[in-house]
Amino acid sequence: MSVALHNTRCVFKRELQGYFATPVAYVFLVIYLILSGVFTWYLGGLYEQDQADLTPFFSFQPWLFLALIPALAMRLWAEERHSGTIELLLTLPISPGQAVLGKFLAAWLFVGVALALTVGEWITVAWLGGPDHGVIATSYLGTLLLAGAFLAIGACLSALTRNQVVAFVLSISIGFLFILSGYPAVLEFAEAVLPNFLVEAVQQMSFLTHFNGLVRGVIDARDVVFFLSLIGVFLFANTVIVDSKKAD
Amino acid sequence: MIEIQQLTKVFGTRPAVDHVTFNVQPGEVLGFLGPNGAGKSTTMKMITGFLSPTSGGARICGHEVTQDPIAAQRCIGYLPEGAPLYPDMTPTSLLRFVSEARSMKRARAQERTDEVVALVGIGSVMSQRIDTLSKGFKRRVGLAAAILHDPEVLVLDEPTDGLDPNQKEEVRKLIRSMAKDKVIVLSTHILEEVEAVCTRAIIISEGRVLFDGTPAELRARSATHGAVALHLGNTQAEAASAALSGLAEVGRVEVLEGSPGEELVRLRAYAAGDAPLLHSITDLARSKNWDVQHLSVERGSLDEVFRTITTQTGAQ
Repeated sequence: MSVALHNTRCVFKRELQGYFATPVAYVFLVIYLILSGVFTWYLGGLYEQDQADLTPFFSFQPWLFLALIPALAMRLWAEERHSGTIELLLTLPISPGQAVLGKFLAAWLFVGVALALTVGEWITVAWLGGPDHGVIATSYLGTLLLAGAFLAIGACLSALTRNQVVAFVLSISIGFLFILSGYPAVLEFAEAVLPNFLVEAVQQMSFLTHFNGLVRGVIDARDVVFFLSLIGVFLFANTVIVDSKKAD
Repeated sequence: MIEIQQLTKVFGTRPAVDHVTFNVQPGEVLGFLGPNGAGKSTTMKMITGFLSPTSGGARICGHEVTQDPIAAQRCIGYLPEGAPLYPDMTPTSLLRFVSEARSMKRARAQERTDEVVALVGIGSVMSQRIDTLSKGFKRRVGLAAAILHDPEVLVLDEPTDGLDPNQKEEVRKLIRSMAKDKVIVLSTHILEEVEAVCTRAIIISEGRVLFDGTPAELRARSATHGAVALHLGNTQAEAASAALSGLAEVGRVEVLEGSPGEELVRLRAYAAGDAPLLHSITDLARSKNWDVQHLSVERGSLDEVFRTITTQTGAQ
């Protein structure tokens, strides 16, 4: 096993243990599952729509993640800074990049676990009728990628400050922009004031545009590449921030 | 082993560390002294690769810290200021994390963990969460993490801060026991500690090295070093003072206590040069038939030297 992989795994393991050593993990899981249920069954009207699919569940995920993932990501680096443990971590023979990746992957896996626990909704619709399991599978993939994107943004912004509240508010604001840029109202406004190629660019940056493609059951490489490269860009920025202002 | 060349760190426009140069060899225990904010911690952060220098550099075991921080960090054990530790971990899980981060083999990690746990005396708290531990225990857990991989270079930022006198003594003993084949750099603001554990002392103030020598040399800089204190029961201050001043070796006599006419005086005679005073003073006391109630050669005060050295620059 290469050293880089070993180091990343080492940080990853410590982080994951950290989630379950504190109430953070349990509070997050419980709130996430309750809200997912509420959104799907009450607000989304899964019963009333008379259709065996999980569209109501997935269509609320971006909004749920917008609020919950910054709460999960805000501590990633801000807490290390606040408690001074960043000095312990980064004076071990571990590079900033390995630490950034290890922390991100642990958080992503954790959200993956939360997502996996919603499998009850899938089972329910399967029992109620005959849903298109392929569509549900690609929707889960899209949701996981969306979560990764929110997490990468949150982790990056968390590295900017030692204050977790600041990190939280920043992450929500930036995440909101990424969701909003796909909304018809925003796009219409953009069309009125911006040249066409910029409108196109704004639309292409939207989480919803790419997420909706996957939720419709289409695995378009461009959507997957969009999310993965967005994660890559923010993790790279995260590494640069951690490396250049670790002692501030 | 540690070679520091013109190391400089500027925050804004203020130089926190200003062209600091020194080498430390294995077997040396270097005590880093200085007022708060003198640049001790900043220097240590640069040695350990946590902070990058504005200019100059540090080589640890032959690795330039700015070029190859990971290689340098492999041979350093570091206890940062305040011993920051993950509060939600236990000493057991923390030491396991550190051993993995340092790529130690499982058997070796277990063996070393057992050793350092016994050395720093944290066996009783190994499965308690770190945030429930006392300051003394936290400091010792941090120390255990720093020495776990048996590093060639040990950098300890205020290792005894917050410990009670017994714990302080234990940590000092531990440092002395590791000293013979390691390079150890520690910072402290307890001057006695330097004499107790260090073979060499560096005083920095406002980022600059103002003194570099042995603790004994540091003490010798004291104005009272080698002076003789004398309590006399049957002599008047002026007479005794005059008689002492008459000696060739004595430079100056200070009357510490004793008003005119009173027959109990406390005096301090300072040496004029390097010649010891004691013999001529005892000879004088015998010939004058003084009732000597107390006689001692003063060792000098480290506090006084520290104040003199560090405030001189402030006045400049």
